[in-house]
Order: sequence, then structure tokens, then C-alpha cells
Amino acid sequence: MEKKTVKPYMNPYLAGVLLGLVVLAANVISGRGLGASGAVKSAIVASVETIAPAHAEAKTFYNSYGEAHGSNPLNSWLVYQMLGVVVGGFLSGIISHRLTWKVEHSPKITSRRRLIFALAGGILFGLGSQFGRGCTSGSALSGMAVLSLGGFISMAAIFGTAFMLAYFFRKLWI
Amino acid sequence: MGPLVVYEVITENTNLFLAFFIGIGFGFVLEQAGFSSSRKLAGMFYGYDTVVLKVFFTGAITAMLGLLFFSLFGWVDLSLIYVNETFVHSAILGGVVMGAGFIMGGFCPGTSFCGAAIGKIDAWVFIIGLFIGVFIFGEGYSLWEDVYKAGFLGSPRISEYFGISEGLTVLLVIIAAAFMFWGGEWAEKKFPREDY
Repeated sequence: MEKKTVKPYMNPYLAGVLLGLVVLAANVISGRGLGASGAVKSAIVASVETIAPAHAEAKTFYNSYGEAHGSNPLNSWLVYQMLGVVVGGFLSGIISHRLTWKVEHSPKITSRRRLIFALAGGILFGLGSQFGRGCTSGSALSGMAVLSLGGFISMAAIFGTAFMLAYFFRKLWI
Repeated sequence: MGPLVVYEVITENTNLFLAFFIGIGFGFVLEQAGFSSSRKLAGMFYGYDTVVLKVFFTGAITAMLGLLFFSLFGWVDLSLIYVNETFVHSAILGGVVMGAGFIMGGFCPGTSFCGAAIGKIDAWVFIIGLFIGVFIFGEGYSLWEDVYKAGFLGSPRISEYFGISEGLTVLLVIIAAAFMFWGGEWAEKKFPREDY
């Protein structure tokens, strides 16, 4: 079997224009922007409601979500959109020959170390996305697209903090 | 006239169905841009790869301009489009916590699902972390409810907040982005890396 070479990435400015058109389409069709962390929240609320209904009933975070979003948290716009993201990413991986199981990390650190920091980073991002009422997609990108003040604040706080902390975590990446 | 779902051009079920296809476009573009690679994303913060800056700001500007012109042509009613609410305190707190998560984890939520889709195990682990983080927030909600709800300003647009027109706001963002793109191109030459 001949080995297929990995195709180069798209020009970033072209990718940006296409990304902007996707955000525009979401707003024109659905009157809202994109998002990612909201789908994780839906899944958590649905899980807690299923596994521990009494607990979900007693806690504000879970029961207020049900009041605002109807009976089934998984039947939401962002959940369907995120399923699409996985399919879209997978299709792109197929056509560019990038499908491969891999832990990506700097040669200076072990896979184990990379995974520990990936878990810690994920926990912080999950927590922060709830305070921020959305993540890089929902609050920063989509918020900025509609000129939301909160979107600009989120963008500045996320990227500003990452820049300020970059020095301390440089061994993970360079 | 848009938004299509608000004007009942499409039904709520069609809206959810189209969300799936919008997601496909989103995931496809992110992966094609290289956002499935944590080392490429993290390059932004060390200058060796500023693809995040270029894609993010080009995307934001394209969407801003698109909405502005669609509104001028009468194709979309901007007053019916969701504008994120602004809670100053928790927006800053959340952003700081997310920024720390970004530099440690190398992904944001959207890009982690994209990385997971092509088999990045670090992205799968990041996603497990996301679920844990959201669960922690839910369980401890009563502890931080006050901070979460403080500093509420409504849903202001940045143009309204500073009392300038939307067109001028977008122009200023474009000018700022042009400088940042120039800085990004400079940084990639100054801090080059080939081996990631």
C-alpha cells in the first residue's frame, strides 16, 4: 500500500474568511453564533439528570438549565452543531490524510506529562467557560462578530492571560 | 429576511438539522486551518506560528462585515440576533481561567473536538477535563453564584458602549487586526520553528 503524504494546511487568511462565513451563516439562519462549551454543559446536565435526578432537582445549576431549555438538554442547537464539528473535522482529516492516533507533544516532555497538562488545561477551560458564559467560539469569536462588549472582554482576557503565562509553560511547547 | 428561524422561514426542527451542517463547516475549516494540532495553536503564544491570530481575526472581521452589509441590504434584522450578555466580573474571571487552561492544555473546547476527530489522544484527554470542569462549576455553583451574576451590563454592543457607529467600530477592528497580522508575520520570521 502506498503511503499517502499529509497535505499542507490551508492558507490561514482563507481559512479565516471561510470561518467568518460559517459564523455569518449561523447568525443569518439561526440568529445566533457558534459555540462549543455549551454542548458540554448540555451533556453534563443531561448526565446528572439521568444518574442522580434528585440531586439535579436540588441544585440551581441543573434545574435552572431545564427551565430555560426544555425537557431534554441534549436536544439543543449546540449539541447538533458539535456533532457536526466532529464529522467536519473527521472529513477534513480524511481528505488531508491526517487521521492518526497520536499524543502530540514537544520532544522535551513525555506523553504522560503532556496528557496530565491536557487534563488540567481541560478542567480549567471547562470551569472558565462557565464563568465566561461561553468559550473561545461562543463568547469570544461569535460575541465579537455581533460586536458584543462581553465578547471583546472574553477575547482580551483569554489571550492576554495565555500570553502572560506562556513563559512559565514554555517547556510544554518549545 | 433573516434570521430565518425567527421569521419562521424554517421550522425549529429544520433549524436544529441545519445546526449539524453548520457544525460540519465549522469543524472542517478548523481542521483545514491546523486547529487540530495543539502545538500549532500554542505557537501563537511563542511567536513561531500565529495561525490562531490570523484565522480568529480574519473570521471575526468577515462575520462582522457580513452582518453589517446584510443588515444594510435588509437581508437580516440585527435587532433579532442574539448578542451575548455582559457580566464584567465573571467575563474577566472566566477569561483568565480559560487563558490558563489554553496555555496548559493547548486546546480550546471547539478545537479539542476537532483534534479528537482526527485521533489526537491529548485532545480526548482535554475533553475529559472539560467535562470535569463544567461538573465542578455545577456542583459548586452556590459558592460562586454572586460573582457569576455581578457586574451585569445587559447586552451592550461595544459600539453602543463607546458611543460610536457600528461601521466605525468594525473599521477600527480591521485596522487593529492589520497591525496584528503584520506583527504575526514578523514574529514567525523572528522565532521560526520547523520541527513541530
